[in-house]
Amino acid sequence: MGAQLRVYRRRMRSVKATKKITKAMELISASRILKAQQRVAQSSPYATELTRAVSAVATFSSTSHPLTTASVNVKRAAVLIITADRGMAGAYSNAAIKEGDLLIAGLKARGVEVAAYLVGRKSVNYYRFRDRAIANSWTGFSDNPQYANAVEVSESLINAFTSDSTSEILGVDELHIVYTEFKSMITQTPVAAQVLPLEVDASERPEGLLPMYEFEPNAGEVLDALLPRYVQARVFNAMLQSAASEHAARRRAMKSATDNADELIKSLTRLANAARQAEITQEISEIVGGADALASASAGSE
Amino acid sequence: MSNLTVEVVSPEKRVWSGEATMVSARTLEGDLGILPDHAPLLGVLVDGQVVVKAADGSVNEFTINGGFISVSNNRVSILGESA
Repeated sequence: MGAQLRVYRRRMRSVKATKKITKAMELISASRILKAQQRVAQSSPYATELTRAVSAVATFSSTSHPLTTASVNVKRAAVLIITADRGMAGAYSNAAIKEGDLLIAGLKARGVEVAAYLVGRKSVNYYRFRDRAIANSWTGFSDNPQYANAVEVSESLINAFTSDSTSEILGVDELHIVYTEFKSMITQTPVAAQVLPLEVDASERPEGLLPMYEFEPNAGEVLDALLPRYVQARVFNAMLQSAASEHAARRRAMKSATDNADELIKSLTRLANAARQAEITQEISEIVGGADALASASAGSE
Repeated sequence: MSNLTVEVVSPEKRVWSGEATMVSARTLEGDLGILPDHAPLLGVLVDGQVVVKAADGSVNEFTINGGFISVSNNRVSILGESA
């Protein structure tokens, strides 16, 4: 076998091995998207009920609560950025980080200091590499977040939010989340949302008039207990959506990698075939040339 | 008499939903029973049992670790931290 042909065959073998890996990752992600989507769906009744309750309290009580009243001069804002732990998901993590950068730039333009809270190894590495300050970070659960993880993250955020200037933790006046919204299998968009102080979006508000509520024990205490859970639910929902988006992004990235491998194998096969044919042609012409030379040599000696 | 539409939900999933004739739960202020046509209410629950008497006569008990109950227009939602 000629050297050229051997090189082509070797490259084809390695591309085929890579294709097997990317194909496997594609299938794994595809099966996990479905599960992640179901988890988003399962967590939504809780989120809807909680949003309904929070908007009821926020609308119908005159109690001012630190979690609902906007601070007049905002000095520091917390930004929670949710990214993946692992790569191989195309632009997924980078898109979220970019969206976060955009939000941070906007906040800084308003003269607000930013405290970065990061979820996922990708964003942590990005911030470390650029020597940016990280207020807190969590890794290891981006593809399958549990409610306990959301509670852990929210606790740190709420602590920062409720602490005043006298305590040791630097307080924040606003809380934003940057996550990737799972719109469909094909579309996932990074979004930045403000969580605290409370802004009940019109889109999330349930239809119709809100009933006049009685509060037990009283509106203030209900709010005290309700709002941390609201933050937890928001963080949890953001994490679940991000997880679903991560799997979808990975599936798409791996699908195009598999397609590319197919393409590459096809063109390498063509090249290998051409090389083999060229070898054969050369051998034939060598034999014919040799025979001719022999024939003319023996003809000359007679 | 109309029935209550009850939903018991935890952050991870919907635990139970259906029609019920009575719901009882323990709030910060004490035990609370809810029958149809109860006034709109929002209460903080403490750790304990929530009992739902379903319309078909069966009695369902859930152990709740902190949460909320919200009642409006014969819709009862119980939001448990874990249920």
